Amino acid sequence: MSEEIIKDVIVGENEDYIINMGPQHPSTHGVLRLEVCLKGETVKYLTPHVGYIHRGIEKMCEANTYQQLIHLTDRMDYLSAHMNNEAVCMIVEDALQVEVPERVKYIRTILDELNRLASHQLWWCAFGMDLGALTSFFYGLRDREHILDIFEESFGSRLLHSFVMPGGLMHDVHPNFQKRIKDFIKYFRTKLPEYDQLLTGNVIFQNRAKGIGMMSRETAIGFGVTGPSGRGSNFSCDVRKIAPYGAYDKVQFNEILETGCDVFARYKVRMAEMWESLSILEQLVDNIPEGDFTAKMKPIIKLPAGEYFRRVETARGELAVYVVSDGNKSPYRMKFRTPNFSNLFVMNEIASGYKIADLIAISGSLDLVIPDIDR
Amino acid sequence: MLNKEELSEIIRALVPEVVVPEGTQLPEFIVPAENYFTLVEKLKSDPKLSFNYLISQTAVDFQTNMTVVCHLESTNFRYLVVVKVVLTDRENPAIDSLVALYPTAEYLEREIFDLFGIRFNNHPNLKRLFLEDNYGYPLRKDFRDEINIIER
Repeated sequence: MSEEIIKDVIVGENEDYIINMGPQHPSTHGVLRLEVCLKGETVKYLTPHVGYIHRGIEKMCEANTYQQLIHLTDRMDYLSAHMNNEAVCMIVEDALQVEVPERVKYIRTILDELNRLASHQLWWCAFGMDLGALTSFFYGLRDREHILDIFEESFGSRLLHSFVMPGGLMHDVHPNFQKRIKDFIKYFRTKLPEYDQLLTGNVIFQNRAKGIGMMSRETAIGFGVTGPSGRGSNFSCDVRKIAPYGAYDKVQFNEILETGCDVFARYKVRMAEMWESLSILEQLVDNIPEGDFTAKMKPIIKLPAGEYFRRVETARGELAVYVVSDGNKSPYRMKFRTPNFSNLFVMNEIASGYKIADLIAISGSLDLVIPDIDR
Repeated sequence: MLNKEELSEIIRALVPEVVVPEGTQLPEFIVPAENYFTLVEKLKSDPKLSFNYLISQTAVDFQTNMTVVCHLESTNFRYLVVVKVVLTDRENPAIDSLVALYPTAEYLEREIFDLFGIRFNNHPNLKRLFLEDNYGYPLRKDFRDEINIIER
């Protein structure tokens, strides 16, 4: 390497130090490279480099039928797999004007909330570990196992279930489904206060989380930061409230909003959402109506020519699906507006001016899943 | 709360060049490329509308033209509209950038440039996002890749 190139790579303007965080850094939870420009220990600016796990899901969708491409959407945000599936199913049902049975709506909403809980638990344990509290990792995974067991019993898979199909579900849920969820609610109600004892009230944790990564409401809206990250900045963006789908119009729940705008506010939103999810589950689990597990669908699904748009709330924010159909059995163009894509690129805005050690806390508080960014 | 017709009426008054197609799922406005930035700027700054949240920005290759599609929402009033620009020049498509209005557009536009080859005027850093520089534009319908894509 010539001297000029070395100078270009290592030393930025004004002899600032440039350091690469990733692509294989444990706190990025995937293959993400952050090019961080430092002045001393302070972050001057950072540039995210993505594309390490770009699989071209949008292009693949154009070659697959609607039943097939559901399985691709699992692989975007693998921790919100059920919500991703549901978004595609609902857009097909919208286009064909299929009315799904009430039973399906209830079960889908229950699965939404279980998936959200599992995702928030994994976020909680990884966030604690990023900040050096290894115990939280064991606590979180221990409780998450209960949800994954419910998934495994009903659909045979634990993470990427592809259980919903256009029109309904792949098959009916296991007879134990309701009982196990009720057991889980009872169990997790006793365990969730432990989370607060371990991290929320911990002074060391609070010192690391309070007052850093400030994101104003305007920044959140401008950068399209949705989900718990946006709601930590008092940006009301819960699609479950704005445009209720499934059985969300039949349950009472609050949209959690915090005005702290910092890492701790985003943490508190997710902790409160876990309580909210438990309450939604409790309202639904006893009231699942009897009936068919799927509406009558044709074996070959062809969407009428036109354009369709649908939004759902995943564990990380707003997932929007935009489909252009030309009347064939596969979409002409399928676009996924994924929450993590917008959530990642606010990093430069909210991490500049803080210390490099805080960068870990800030990226952890955004709860990024990298395959969702690259698609 | 305005309905679809009233919304179209207000937006037609802002920029008379817009075309409102019938029978769409969401209120939709097709605007010439030269009025695109003005329309979105007015949608954002008009106090009756205040479309301050750019949900998604993408493009579609219709083979005869390239269409840029923006989904905008107003967080105050919860209106949701679609703004479309039809670019007939497929060889060298170009359109104004929205970065000055919505910071999130910077990376959404870089993604569109990466996958469709649409250039954005006044974009601060128009580089490819995911792919290598000489890869071609994979979401165009005439893209061919004999090694990785099997034609069926």
